[in-house]
Order: sequence, then structure tokens, then C-alpha cells
Amino acid sequence: MEDTIAAISTTLGVGAISIIRVSGPEAIKIVNKIFDKNIKDAKTHTIHYGHIIDKNQIIDEVLISIMLAPKTFTKENVVEINCHGGIITTNKVLELLLLNGARLAEPGEFTKRAFLNGRIDLTQAEGIMNLIEAKTEVGRKLSINQLTGNVSNLIENLRQKLLEIISNIEVNIDYPEYEDIEVLTNKKIYPKLKEIQENIDEIIKKSESGKIIKEGINIGIIGRPNVGKSSLLNYLIEEDKAIVTDIEGTTRDIVEGKFILNGIVCNIIDTAGIRKTDNIVEQIGVDKSYEIIKKSDLIIYLLNNNEKLTKEDIEILNQIKNKKHIVVINKIDLKNNLEISENEVIKISIKENIGLESLKQKIIEIFNLEQIETNDLTYLSSARSISLLKKSKESIEKSLNNIKKYPIDMIELDLKECWNILGEIIGKTYKEELIDEIFSRFCLGK
Amino acid sequence: MNYDIIVVGAGHAGCEAALASARIGKKTLLITANLKNVASLPCNPSIGGSAKGIIVREIDALGGEMGKIADKTFLQMKMLNSSKGPAVRSLRAQVDKVTYPKEMLKTLENQENLTLLESMVEDLIVENKEVRGVILFDNTKILSKKVILTTGTYLKSDILIGDERKRSGPHDEKPSLYLSDKLKQYGFNILRLKTGTPQRIKKSTINFLETKEELGDKECYCFNTEEQMTYDTNKQIPCHLIYTTDLTKKIILENLNKSAMYGGYVTEGTVGPRYCPSIEDKIVRFSDKERHQLFIEPESIYYDDMYLQGFSTSMPRDVQEKMVHSLPGMKNAIITKYAYAIEYDAISPTQVTRSLETKILKNLYTAGQINGTSGYEEAAGQGIIAGINAALAIDNKEPLILKRNEAYIGVLIDDLVTKGTTEPYRMLTSRAEYRLLLRHDNADIRLTKYGYDVGLIKEPRYQKFQHKLKEIDLFSKYLKENKLNPTTNVNSMLKAIKSAPIKDSITLYDLLKRTEIDINILKKLNIIKEIYLDDVMEQVEIEIKYSGYINKINKEAEKMLKQEEKKIPKDINYELIPNLASEARQKLSKINPTTIGQALRISGVNPSDISILLVYLRKKYNE
Repeated sequence: MEDTIAAISTTLGVGAISIIRVSGPEAIKIVNKIFDKNIKDAKTHTIHYGHIIDKNQIIDEVLISIMLAPKTFTKENVVEINCHGGIITTNKVLELLLLNGARLAEPGEFTKRAFLNGRIDLTQAEGIMNLIEAKTEVGRKLSINQLTGNVSNLIENLRQKLLEIISNIEVNIDYPEYEDIEVLTNKKIYPKLKEIQENIDEIIKKSESGKIIKEGINIGIIGRPNVGKSSLLNYLIEEDKAIVTDIEGTTRDIVEGKFILNGIVCNIIDTAGIRKTDNIVEQIGVDKSYEIIKKSDLIIYLLNNNEKLTKEDIEILNQIKNKKHIVVINKIDLKNNLEISENEVIKISIKENIGLESLKQKIIEIFNLEQIETNDLTYLSSARSISLLKKSKESIEKSLNNIKKYPIDMIELDLKECWNILGEIIGKTYKEELIDEIFSRFCLGK
Repeated sequence: MNYDIIVVGAGHAGCEAALASARIGKKTLLITANLKNVASLPCNPSIGGSAKGIIVREIDALGGEMGKIADKTFLQMKMLNSSKGPAVRSLRAQVDKVTYPKEMLKTLENQENLTLLESMVEDLIVENKEVRGVILFDNTKILSKKVILTTGTYLKSDILIGDERKRSGPHDEKPSLYLSDKLKQYGFNILRLKTGTPQRIKKSTINFLETKEELGDKECYCFNTEEQMTYDTNKQIPCHLIYTTDLTKKIILENLNKSAMYGGYVTEGTVGPRYCPSIEDKIVRFSDKERHQLFIEPESIYYDDMYLQGFSTSMPRDVQEKMVHSLPGMKNAIITKYAYAIEYDAISPTQVTRSLETKILKNLYTAGQINGTSGYEEAAGQGIIAGINAALAIDNKEPLILKRNEAYIGVLIDDLVTKGTTEPYRMLTSRAEYRLLLRHDNADIRLTKYGYDVGLIKEPRYQKFQHKLKEIDLFSKYLKENKLNPTTNVNSMLKAIKSAPIKDSITLYDLLKRTEIDINILKKLNIIKEIYLDDVMEQVEIEIKYSGYINKINKEAEKMLKQEEKKIPKDINYELIPNLASEARQKLSKINPTTIGQALRISGVNPSDISILLVYLRKKYNE
């Protein structure tokens, strides 16, 4: 706990300035050793101009921010060094810090310390981790929302609904003879629980689009060799990342490219042509294609307008039937030989630049990307939160299953479990809440 | 004069403490200011109730007296929540306020090793932070190895009626004027708490035709599990239900400023219990409610008073008259005792350990309302534990600390010493996270062994208990070993009780898992041929029917027990732990939890503080 950690906090190579953050009891002392001015007695929350030096040699011209405990991100002493010299000098400065007694921070360790030192709660910690990872503007907004507690509010509302039912049941148990307090029965709570189940479902659904915002959509382009997969990729990512040739089976490696659609990152995966082959290297590519079908959120199945549907095509179309997919027919500038029963296809010509916008439009439609951007971004985006949410859904489902078999005080145990799991997401499980609720909502007494 | 244990105060806590101590074989002295008031019931005329009834059963299983005396002196018995699951059923007895204390006094007087003394304790003999006995009002010193304080609401108590404040114990009893100041001098934090009691009404002046009769149960129930008591259920005395009227509300709202609570006559910062609000409180806080429910309960068959449950108030007498007369059936009712609020001193229970010995003074134990609780049952539950532990300590034995998954008494004491309280603490089922394990029906199974080990449960009862455990095993085995085969006969029988037919043979045990099937049905159909006692069969049935939930709660309890195993060294200095939040540091230092589990339950100590604490402990004590 007590060592001092340091790490480069900005993405290397992006932007003019890199910031190195140092946190821990020795932060000031360590930086002082490599800075050309004495900052030992510097006041908190001050900025100092100077140079990082190594054996009297100037390494970089920097600005140093000094923040003393406890009013810092980690609640420890924090020094941030704004380096100006690019990747190599930034790395050099970090190296100097490590040589002088700092330890390289593990990924997320600053946030972890902030959490352990009680500076932030668990959802906030996760929000910050997401902020760091957020790749696009929408992702950043989502992270900020998580920080300001919108997620907490959403969960809190659900917990409140549950708490009202739970406390009513508790009052019925503890004050069984109070006829003027509504006596809840299994039948009465059933629709309420159904509603909560639906609410949780909705948050899970939204949260999964939260995941889309953070991690992006994985799009796999598959199709027989030489249908124009690489050309399509190139068009979408607008750079020549995949090698485009006319020779069948050139693309053996999976080439990734990214493009942004309505603020959402789309990770495009180019795949080796799927066909039966004896070529071992080809075979690996084909296997990977199947793997990618599994991994992708969306499959673009590319066909040629001038070629007939093969047995393999039908097989693969069958394979992707139950996944999100778009069938795209390329080369509509050529003579039509293709007959297909699929009701919805996008017809394009990459060569002639026809129909490509409608392909993008289709992706936006499938993932409701327009909605995502305009919605208020109040959902959970970490795997931990989503899995807890799914657990809470399980307990509410359990209660619905048990409702015909068990007395209400047993059903309440399932509801309490659900309430506690929801509390775990936002870091709250105080029993006093329940007691307070009982006495503030119900009129009881001797 | 020299005793092993002196108990100060002979209310419900004091009686159980003194009996436990004397029965374990310790020479015990019980001091009370008024022998006529031993085990009196100054407020509601009932023992038990939701959760509280289970506490009474627990006291009984440990070898205490409350349940036995309630069984002897009840006017009405009722099993609460009988339509709900077994975990929340709880017994309540309306008891006779004359015979209950009489029976208790008789028991005390006949108890070997126990001496009763009518006197007032005004100080403790303290040497080096250790208690050596008590000092009476006339300066008489009585030495003892341990002292148990069970002073109830008598410490510097004030009675409040309207703007009138009088230093007095309940019902004009003598208050204890000096002891709480002495405790303060010794280092205790003193709390000022408040509670209240409603009017008593002359029975013959109530028109019961305007009330709804509330009868006792038609089945026989009792607290004590040693003997199955039978009685004529038709001879129970009824209670009566009425509601407040519009006029009641009007009178109260018009006179609100005359109430001790609302007129500002209550000591500032004095906190009354939320579950026991005065009627004016209820009308103000729940202003949208048109009416409030009131119960008229019999106090005794030997006098004429009826207890008006739900009408507790600190209004002046003239307003109380108007209020009572506005109620149905009470137009001409005569109030025999006015409602009043009572303020009294208590110690902050976080200064007490889970054995109920105080942290401030060695050899001193506290139990009951002095620890900030409310209710006869909560008091008695602490009393028996304090009595047991004071006696065990004399013999250098480990104290009996009931865990949260073992007893409501365990939940009660753990809550008090870990979380403290700002209002008189009442037990509620919602306070017990493992309530499915803490049932009315299995209190004996949970605790008889403890009672036996400390010497309060004698051999014959223990043998009987052992026999019951054996029978439970046998019956369970019987159900597991006997199968029902899918014959036409069997399936038509199942059809008749609306249960699905069976295709393969099925054990009776598995058959009982079906919601629509119970032991009684199988007995009637002659499928269960071996007959055991009802309470034996009930145990097995509950185990089968609720096994899913019971297993789940057991798992949760195991998790808790693991946290309880992580001990925090006594000499820990929270000032030396870096990064602890200051609130956590303060609370941990104050409460000094003995285990991580206990630390987790302190309000204001967050999980992040616990991880810091764990990291520190691992570093400091393991490396």
C-alpha cells in the first residue's frame, strides 16, 4: 500500500503532451530528485515550470503539478509531470522515476488506490476505468454519466421498488394484526415483480448497448474467395490495410480495421475466403472464418451478382441465419446470374461506388445506433455490473417461479437477494435502509 | 455479606439473570426497590408477539423462566402469522398482570442460592476499574465477584404528562436518582431515551358492542417445550378492536402544542422509538390516514383495567379525557390511569461486549433497558445471557455468545454492541437476516444444548430433547427408505388430491416435496404408517419443504461465520492503520470489534475500509 507508483497516463504518441502521474507518500521526494527546482516545500495544487535532469543533463522541459494528500485523485500525494518531448523522452522520464524509487503502476492501479482509500465507490471506479478505455465521444459520455451517478439512480429506482414490497411484507410479518395496512399476497405482488423483471431486462438490454459503445461492434465480412471482401473493408476503413489482389485466397490473416459510425467504433474483420480446400494454410483461414462468425456481432455476407449461389453459400447462409447479418450483393454493375431467396439484400458495387451508403445505413438500423446517441446514457457498461444485473434477474425469476409454491415470507427472501445484488452494483447493502423504510412508510405502534 | 453475583433490579432482565446465576450454583443476591414490583408489566399486558415470541422460546430452551410463567398466567394465546411460512410464526400471550409477577416472585423465593433484598443501590464498589460489589442508599456495602445491572427505565426517570414533568419511575414507583451519575463518572456514555404507555380504561364503562371482538386461537399453544400443555381454548379472554374517529383527530390536532413531545417539553435530543409512536405522532406523520387502529386488551381478571393499545400519548389529562371519549364505545369511559411518556437514562450499548460485560468496568454486566432496548422479551433475553456469562466468568469459562444464525438473542446483542442504538431497540423479524433458521419451532433444537452445557437445562429435560433429535432422524430415515410404487391405486389416490401421477417409484421424502402434499394427507391416506409426535414430524416436514431456501440461508450463514473466524487482535491500534477513512477509524476504535465479521456490520465502516484493515492485519500479524 505504501509504495509510490508511477505511470504514463496519456496514450503514448497521441497528442503533443504526455502526462506521467506519480502517486504515493514518496511522490514529492522522488520527483524532487530529478527536477531542477526544489519542490519539497511546494504548496498543494500548484504548478511548477522547470526541467527534468539526469546527471546535470536536461532530459525534457516540463510543467509539474503538485497535489498533496488528501485532496487528490488517490487521496495520496500526487505529482503529475507534463512532458513535451515525445515518446522517447517521456519514456526516459518514467525510467528516471523508477530508478529513483517509484514502482511502475499496474493497469488501473491509480483507480484502485482511489477506491481503496475511499475516494470513489465501486461504480465510480468502474466508470473511470471505462473513461480511460473509452475510444470515442459517446463512450466518454457514458463514462461521465456513470461517474455522476446516473447508473446508480437507475439501479436505485429498482431497489426502491423492491424495498417497498419487501418492507410491506416485513410489516405484515411484524405487525400481523394491523388491518389498516395493506396485506400483500403472492397474487398482489406478482404483477409488480413482473414489472421489475421487465425493468431489469430493459437495463440489461441497454447495458449491452453500453458494451457496444465501449467495445464497439465486431463486424465479420465473409463470403467465397474473390467476392470483394477486402475492397469492402478498404472502402469502410478508408485506408489500404488489407492487400487487395485478384488472386483467390490471398487474404489468409484476419485483418482488422476500424471505422466510426454515429460515434460507435466498428471493428471490421476481414476473413479468409471460406471454401473447402486441401491447402493447410487455407484451411486455417477457413476455420478462423467460422470462429469469426461466432465472435462477430454482425456478419456481412458478401455475394457476387454475376455468380450463382453455391452449396457452400447456402450452408453458410444457414449458419448465420440466427445471427445479426446483412446479405450484400456486390458487382451489381455486372450481369445478374444470382438467384437468392433472402428477402432483404443490399445491392452494391464497390467499383462503381453504388449502394455503399445504404449498407452503412443498414448497420445503423440494426444496432439502433441513432437511438444510442440520442438516448440519455444511463446504463452499465462493465462486465461485472452486467453479470450482477443478470444475477439479480435470476433471483427475480426465481421469486416468480416460487410464487405459487411458497408463502410470501419465503418469496421475500428471493426479493431480498435481488435487492442485495442490485445494491452490490452500486456498492450499497445497508440493512438500516429496510428498517428506516418500514417506519417511515407505515404507521405502527403500541 | 458476600455474594458471587449481585443483580440490581428485578424486572424481566433481572429475574432471568438472577435465576440463571443461582441455578448454575452461584450465590446470588437480587436487589429491588420494591418487592411487590418483581417482574411487573408496566406497559402492554402481553408476552411474545412477532419475533419476540421466538425470543421467549429461546429463553425457554436455554433454561429460562419467562415462557413457563407466561404459560401459567395467560389470558389468551395466539399464534401470529400462522398463514405464512414457518419462519415467521410467533406466539403471543396476553398475560394476567397480577398473576404473572406473583408466579415469578414465587419462583424467585423458592430458588436455591438466591436471596431477595428490598433496597436501593446507589453506587458500585470499584477498584482499578473492576467492580467488587454495590453500595446501598444507606451506605451499606455488599461485596460480590460480579454485578449485573438491570435497572430498566428507573435511572433518573421523568414522567411526562402534557407540560407536567415529575421525577418518578413508572406508575409512581421510586426512581433511581444517583446510579446513572455514578456510571457517568466511571466513564460510561449516558443516553437519554423515551418511551410511553397508553391509558388504562375501566372495563365496566366501555360499551363493547361498538367494538370488534378478537379471540384467541382454537388450537393449544405454549412457550415451554418440555411438557405439551393443554387447556380449554374456549375459556380465553378476548381483546377488542376499535378505530379512532374524525373527532379524535380533530381534538389531537387542536391540542398539539399541549403534548409533551410537540409542545417542546421533552428533553432535547431524547429519542423515542419509531415503532412506538404516540397517537399525536401518528396523526401528524401520517396525516393522510383517516383512522388508526386501537386494541382494547385485558390486564387482569383480578381488576377492571383495560389497556388501550395504540393510544400512547403525552397530552395533558383534560385532552386525554376528550380523546378517549371520542372513541367508539368509550363515550362514558372512565380513565383509571392516564397515558404518559417516560424519559430515562441508559448507557450506550457499544460500551458493552457480546458477553454483556461492560468494556468500561470489569465484572460489571448490563442487561435490558439500561442497554437501550425496549420490551420485556428483549430484556429477559439479555438477562439470561448476562446471568450465564457472569457465572461462567467466575468459573473462568468462555462466555456464551450466541451467533446471528443461532438465535434472535444473538442478533439482539450483536446489533446492540456493534451498531449501538439511538432509540429504544425493539426486535423485528427484519433485523434477523437468517430468520429462516431462527424459527419458533426449532428454538429448542438450536439452543437446548447450550442450556444443558451451562447447567440450566437439567438431565431429564435434556434426555427428552436427545430423544426428540433421535426421533427426527428416524422419521426422516423412514421417509427416505419407504417408496410409493406407481400402481393404479396409488395414482388414483394422487389424482384425488390433485397431485400428478407417478411413473416410477418415489420415496415418501421426495413425494413430500410436492406443494400440495403434506404429512397429514399422507397419514390420512395411510401412506405414512409410522406415527411420530407432531413436533417431530413438523421438523422433518419443514426441512423437506423449504430445503432449497434453508440451504441457501445456511450458505450465507457460513460466509458470515468465516468472517467471524477472522479475529481482530485486542491490542490493535486503528490510529496506526494508514488510509482508513476517519469515520471508520473513529467507529472501529470506539466499538473495538473482535472479528472482521463484526467490523463489517458497523455502520459507517465501508467495504473499502475493511479491505484496508484486512491488508493491514495480514501485513502486521502474518508476516
